[in-house]
Amino acid sequence: MEIKSMRFKANAEASLANVVLQGNLKNAKGKFVTKRAEAIKEIDDFEGTRDAAAAIRNKVIDNLDLWLERFETRAQETGAKVMWAKDGAEVCRLVTEIARKHGVTKVTKSKSMLSEEAGLNQALEAAGIQPVETDLGEYILQVDNNEPPSHIIAPAVHKSLDEVADLFHKVHGTPRKTEIPALTREAREVLRGHFLTAEMGLSGGNFLVAETGSVALVTNEGNGRMVTTLPRVHVVITGIEKVIPTLEDLSTLMRLLPRSATGQSISNYFSILTGVKKPEEHDGPEHLYFILVDAGRADVVGGEFHEMLRCIRCGACMNHCPVYQTIGGHAYGWVYPGPMGSVLTPLYAGIENAIDLPHAATLCNQCGVVCPVKIPLPELLRKLREKQTDAGLRPLVERIGLRVWAWVAQRPALYGLGARVGARYLKWLAGEDKSIRLLPAAQEWTNGRDFPAPQGKTFRELYAARQKSAKEAA
Amino acid sequence: MSSREDILGRVRASLHRNAGNAATAREVMAAALANRNPGPQPAVASEPRALLERFRVKSEQASSTVEIVATEAEVPAAIAKYLAAMSLPTTAVAWASLGALDWAGAGLSVEARGARDADLVGITGCFCAVAETGTLMMTSSPDTPAAVSLLPETHIAVVRAARIVAYMEDAWNLARDELGSLPRAVNFISGPSRTGDIEQTIVLGAHGPYRVHLVIVEG
Ligand code: SF4
Repeated sequence: MEIKSMRFKANAEASLANVVLQGNLKNAKGKFVTKRAEAIKEIDDFEGTRDAAAAIRNKVIDNLDLWLERFETRAQETGAKVMWAKDGAEVCRLVTEIARKHGVTKVTKSKSMLSEEAGLNQALEAAGIQPVETDLGEYILQVDNNEPPSHIIAPAVHKSLDEVADLFHKVHGTPRKTEIPALTREAREVLRGHFLTAEMGLSGGNFLVAETGSVALVTNEGNGRMVTTLPRVHVVITGIEKVIPTLEDLSTLMRLLPRSATGQSISNYFSILTGVKKPEEHDGPEHLYFILVDAGRADVVGGEFHEMLRCIRCGACMNHCPVYQTIGGHAYGWVYPGPMGSVLTPLYAGIENAIDLPHAATLCNQCGVVCPVKIPLPELLRKLREKQTDAGLRPLVERIGLRVWAWVAQRPALYGLGARVGARYLKWLAGEDKSIRLLPAAQEWTNGRDFPAPQGKTFRELYAARQKSAKEAA
Repeated sequence: MSSREDILGRVRASLHRNAGNAATAREVMAAALANRNPGPQPAVASEPRALLERFRVKSEQASSTVEIVATEAEVPAAIAKYLAAMSLPTTAVAWASLGALDWAGAGLSVEARGARDADLVGITGCFCAVAETGTLMMTSSPDTPAAVSLLPETHIAVVRAARIVAYMEDAWNLARDELGSLPRAVNFISGPSRTGDIEQTIVLGAHGPYRVHLVIVEG
């Protein structure tokens, strides 16, 4: 997928000005947060479970080469073929080759963010093979001119019922329906035909189990089961970081993933797929391929951002992020939005291609608190900011500004004087209504909101006064 | 250089891999693979009645309906009654493992085979069931095809009470003991298929069944 992260500021402004989008975001915001909060209450030792989950992920990532070899061996023993792809282009080439080899004309897909990374749909179409997205959210986006997803769990969260109603009326040529169940039924009927006729099914993988050589898939709609049960060929595309050791570890992670993602105790379907169909079986693919994808991951191993590889793609960090809640996912400009996207995009797509993303956060740590595998997202964002400054990627004014600030901050008397003058100036600027509509030198900030004015005295002045009165009282 | 070698080579370099640390890492790996201790689990009472009750409550929370019968012989009549009450067809596809029940005696026409698109009712058993989350564990085989619980609009599952375990980890141990290795497909099912992709409003019956009915056999 094309990287548009360099247009973050313009995209964010457009999102803020888009009335329909703002309504849709407001509607979605509370639901994920409330449901998750309810669901995690069912876990007696939630913190202990998070620690266990983080430890499972670390165990593999710390020795990823050996775990990958182990998974590969087990998967091959079950009859699967294991392939490796350095980047998105290689994913496209391999999938096209597999499709050609098996005479495939149509591919049904269950959701795969990696296929978005690779731009696989466009590549398949160019090769004359029809890709059909079958996750309802992804399907809506595909028939709307391949619009990119704006959320990793709910790809069409930015769209309203009205927009979907118009879209289906247009692309299906059916009378316009206004009820969500009726629209869902319409998509079901269209997609059933594709499920039954596609020769190849394509899925992502939530986890790869080294013990058994299996892929684990978490789904609700049943489309994941369809694409891995009905076609002759099944291709799994996953990042190399998805390996976990055992089925027990899978159970631990499953206590956290659906709860963190959608607030469910467990997803409707959870499929663990191992090898190919036996000759006497009624269903299942005759050919199973794993494509293990690097696309930037190998270089994160063992480095200062390696904790990001623990990510299990639950989406909780974006659901709880005040910035995501306000601007939605498209503004981030690539496949992964929200806090995890602001870390992943610079790492996978190049730090120079996503200058604003590490700054698209208030570092309030809501994301860090909810992350089921305890990724310290704010800390990683801060490290990325440092890296940008070190590499001279930040604007000159900002770099000089930071130097000046550092120089002043090391001189307490000067710092105190500056703060006193600043606080009084801002109080004066605010006037009667105690909030500032336009802050000179920070107009961008005040364009979207008012700046609450300081009340006149600085923290140090108040602290000194307090100490003094405490002493007098004593 | 192949992509495999390129990728693994870079991972090895990042991890400063050498013969010494590889040997240590292999030991850590073998221990992790042999470890059967579960992680932290929420409390689930293990007494049989409590397991059945929890399974029932959690299944209903996942929008399944539940009926409890005393013996297997009562299953066909119970299913016939459910189908009639829901105004559903009396023709169904079923797993071969259930083929011996007296379906005709209950007025049902049941064929034991793989599922087709036109099948409206699918009847299955299950390998076992998990009380913690109200979940069925299905293991695929020639007699237990996966599509029977997927293609029809109505899925009815027969669950033996004695096969209800507390946790998913118990289910894995049963599978290791009884099947040796995992079958092609293990499907955990918790209620009818659903989607929330339009305005986060939950709709049942996305691509799989609209309804799941569980008949639990106590005896
Ligand atoms: S970073 Fe954490 S919270 Fe965000 S998607 Fe990944 S696992 Fe979930």
